[in-house]
Amino acid sequence: MERIGDHAAIGNGRAAALVSRGGSVDWLCWPRFDSPSVFAALVDDAAGRWTLAPTAPFRSERRYLPGTNVLETRFVTASGALTVTDFMPVASPEEQRRLLLPDHELVRLVSCEGGSVELATVFEPRPDYGRERPRLRDAGELGLRAETRSGLLTLRADLPLAIDGAARATGRAVLRAGETRHLSLSYADEWPAILPPLGAPTREALARTVRWWQGWVGQLRYDGPAREAVVRSALALKLLVYAPSGAVVAAATTSLPERVGGELNWDYRFCWLRDAALTVRALFGLGFRDEAEAFVSWLLHSTRLTQPELRVLYDVHGNAPARERTLDHLAGHRGSRPVRVGNGAADQLQLDVYGEVIDAVTHFVRSGGTLDRETQRMLCALGDQVCRSWQGPDEGIWEPRSGRGHNTHSRVLCWTALDRLLELHAKGHLCSAPVELFERSRAAIRRDVEEHAWSARLGSYTARLGGEELDAALLLLAWYGFEDARSERMRATFSRIRERLGARDGLLYRYRSGDSPGEGAFGICSFWGVEVLALGAGSAQEARDTFERLCRFSNDVGLFAEEIDPVTGEALGNFPQAFTHVGLINAALSLEQRLRGEGTLPHAVRSRAELEEAGA
Amino acid sequence: MSVGSWLLWGFVATIVLTTIMSGTQGLRLTRMNLPYMLGTMFTPSRDRAKLLGFAVHLVNGWVFSLLYVAAFEAWGRATWWLGASIGLVHAAFVLTAGMRILPDLHPRMASETHGPTVTRQLEPPGFLALNYGVRTPLSALAAHAVFGAILGAFYRVASG
Repeated sequence: MERIGDHAAIGNGRAAALVSRGGSVDWLCWPRFDSPSVFAALVDDAAGRWTLAPTAPFRSERRYLPGTNVLETRFVTASGALTVTDFMPVASPEEQRRLLLPDHELVRLVSCEGGSVELATVFEPRPDYGRERPRLRDAGELGLRAETRSGLLTLRADLPLAIDGAARATGRAVLRAGETRHLSLSYADEWPAILPPLGAPTREALARTVRWWQGWVGQLRYDGPAREAVVRSALALKLLVYAPSGAVVAAATTSLPERVGGELNWDYRFCWLRDAALTVRALFGLGFRDEAEAFVSWLLHSTRLTQPELRVLYDVHGNAPARERTLDHLAGHRGSRPVRVGNGAADQLQLDVYGEVIDAVTHFVRSGGTLDRETQRMLCALGDQVCRSWQGPDEGIWEPRSGRGHNTHSRVLCWTALDRLLELHAKGHLCSAPVELFERSRAAIRRDVEEHAWSARLGSYTARLGGEELDAALLLLAWYGFEDARSERMRATFSRIRERLGARDGLLYRYRSGDSPGEGAFGICSFWGVEVLALGAGSAQEARDTFERLCRFSNDVGLFAEEIDPVTGEALGNFPQAFTHVGLINAALSLEQRLRGEGTLPHAVRSRAELEEAGA
Repeated sequence: MSVGSWLLWGFVATIVLTTIMSGTQGLRLTRMNLPYMLGTMFTPSRDRAKLLGFAVHLVNGWVFSLLYVAAFEAWGRATWWLGASIGLVHAAFVLTAGMRILPDLHPRMASETHGPTVTRQLEPPGFLALNYGVRTPLSALAAHAVFGAILGAFYRVASG
């Protein structure tokens, strides 16, 4: 089984596939990110894959075509070289009106660059996480068909394919320099299938897809360090946007382990409100206004059914995610069991989500958006809910399964929620807010955090009020403007976090406790470290050096998982992970502003009202 | 012939037929979508095809219900089971002859023998529309039987 970081992702805004360095599609869920899998070899060798590679020993190198999510893998053998181009076609709205296009398609285009190479393909669909072995049928010119319980898979290729008794199809062909073969796998669940012809139309689909991605990424505004990593992160983030609703899923996979061989295997194919503000800031910051607005719109729409209470996570259409269960028939990635689908964190209480959602809406307003009356009422109701609940314990940002506590990060996010509501009110975007109540509660939260979450003995803020543990999420105190990054307390906290949670080259663990023994350094926490430096806790050069060192922990095509093994640099956890790429983008944006000599970010400045209140 | 009764119940029966077919699609019993298939005769755009196809399907339903009404008038009576019987014959015709000739009539439908081309990419239905799922014939028979039963039960024969 190939490792997590040996994969690259392709997608079309509805679903994503992971392709290994060896030319195997090891993960694909259709028709959407959280659907049951068609290929799941990433979590069990017997759970389906689609390989396409030379029959002779080879070495491979790969890249994304510039500015796209089109993957190109070059296989070099003793007799010649093959290039496989993998992509899921996308098209502009105008092209969608003009052309009949399948909803779901994965295209593999293979060409021989030199010499003569024999290639082999093995197609083993095992839908429903490997529980289904569909009967393959040769439908002649219409291709190979596999009627599954959820829909029809059609494989078409311009090389001969044979069905064997093991519910799989195989094919071989010898390609000489300049020769090309095309393979297309499409999926239809609700409609008659669309069967795109092979050959020139396949190459046109590739050209359309390249044009679409390059057109999208052309909107990106960023001129700071490690631009290539930022562009790749934006493309990875876009891969995880569910286009029909604007939701951003946390990752494309389930149950890739945070510790190989361990039990920390979760389903991340849902949307966490916790990620909202950071994601919206990243999208607006890079100039992707449409995506940012669509995401805010999804936030407001999806939370409507549960307001004023907010759930921790939702599916791409704003419904409760499936109940968490384990798939005991799967061996897990490199023996990491169990494999879970659904997510039990949905039932947790995480008070930080109020601050995240309200801060995301504030970013939207700062970027020129306006709020209708219903949204204004909804925001005020969220504020009331915060005033009622901020003093209680919750599970907190890291979703431990070990119970609730008084988490500093959650409390600061409650402060953020009220602070932003007061800002919106002061700017005339919130007509009938109970200003006095919000101000009183905001001041009370600040007092509570400053008195009880600060440990004089440790010289740092602490993970929980009255505790002595550290948590990398405390770095966000500067991000949300609760503390100035240059303040004595923030610098001291950062120093303690580096001392106790730091690994090599700027990597940070999220915490050290019994909740997740043996897990890797946390990607986004490491980038939060850069951001605190960029916001003023360190020099611009230190921030830049740390940032550039961290960017080198991506895999060969620039993708990050949730965590990084500090010893080997290996990717751990679900992949690719939106949160890590959001962290990279936000760190880059703060760094760019710092290098330009621009002032602190608007979100990191205390509101005027509070400054006056504090007598500053 | 009672024109008002035909227009009303022809419309109702068509809506119910469409609802049943959409329901069976949603339940993954079939991928046959008549409005979409009709719509793609006129446009490749999925969204426009659905809308246009729905309008064409509605008109088709009315036109077909005229044949049912003609049979009721000829027999001098209309009952639900007579209507359902015509519906079953209607569905059998659509599934056999109709689906066989569809690839020749539909400008965007691929042929089973020649496969897809640049202009013809829509999956052909095949015998009994089995390409759209093994339960497609059952879904079509049930929907058309209900279509006929509604007309038979509610249409008022003018001569009766």
